[in-house]
Amino acid sequence: MTASQVIFYIISAFILSTGLLAVTSRKIFRSAIWLLFSLIGIAGLFFWMQLDFIAAVQIIVYVGGIVVLIIFSIFLTQQAGNEMAKPVRSKVFFAALVVSLGFILTYTFIYKYNFLPIGHQPLNVNVSNIGIQLLSTTEHGYILPFEVASILLLAAMIACIVIAMKNPSATDKAGREKKPPHIKEETAEIINV
Amino acid sequence: MNDIPLTHILFVSTALFFIGMYGLFTRRNMITMLMSIELMLNSVNINFVAFNKYLYPDQLNGIFFTIFIITIAAAEAAVAIAIIINFYRSHYSIDVEDSGEMKW
Repeated sequence: MTASQVIFYIISAFILSTGLLAVTSRKIFRSAIWLLFSLIGIAGLFFWMQLDFIAAVQIIVYVGGIVVLIIFSIFLTQQAGNEMAKPVRSKVFFAALVVSLGFILTYTFIYKYNFLPIGHQPLNVNVSNIGIQLLSTTEHGYILPFEVASILLLAAMIACIVIAMKNPSATDKAGREKKPPHIKEETAEIINV
Repeated sequence: MNDIPLTHILFVSTALFFIGMYGLFTRRNMITMLMSIELMLNSVNINFVAFNKYLYPDQLNGIFFTIFIITIAAAEAAVAIAIIINFYRSHYSIDVEDSGEMKW
């Protein structure tokens, strides 16, 4: 086994084990951190394939953007130290059964299929090549999806602001925000005392 | 690099996809379900890049698909988290079992 193979298997084991922990850990904050490690492992896999640009984009967008967003929303919506409720045992059993059967079926098809490379020269992934083809208007250019993606990002930005804006019914007439039910009970107790 | 067959990389991406699917089936919390979806999207990215690298090395199409998937995943995560936070404001919970109605 060469060093490259050893590195590949280490990265793969890292991705799969941290991914598995991310979907099974019962503390939501730990689950987010395992997801972070899994995404870093995927960026490492892209580095191993010598696609530096994609690996950099992966780290910037996923690790620096999406996971941080997820962690912030965890802090906004729940107590991070609490354990989540255990999933029902029968549901876990059937989910594991369906998932393993699906995996075996899919991988059997992949294993039996004979992949033949079409091109022969090595992949040339300069950032300049990617940029030129991304913005070219010729036959194999990607300018139309690029513009559509920019419109999509603008729409998503406006939609996030509109959806997450405080709607007037969430505040009572005095302008104070309604308290969550458990806080209400506590204040009721204090008033009773 | 070329001493690893393509099927081994596809093994990793397939396993990651089904791990994400397992999380989607068993989790009841909206944020963790979103995390499972991110895992599945990432496994698809690995697939596109590996096919581009091994089968069509004279083109860049898989890389462009990966870039667009990453873009759309970012937009999707942002909108989903906005919806989750708005849902939390009205129901004080982000459990999918509590979301029986689609009232705003």
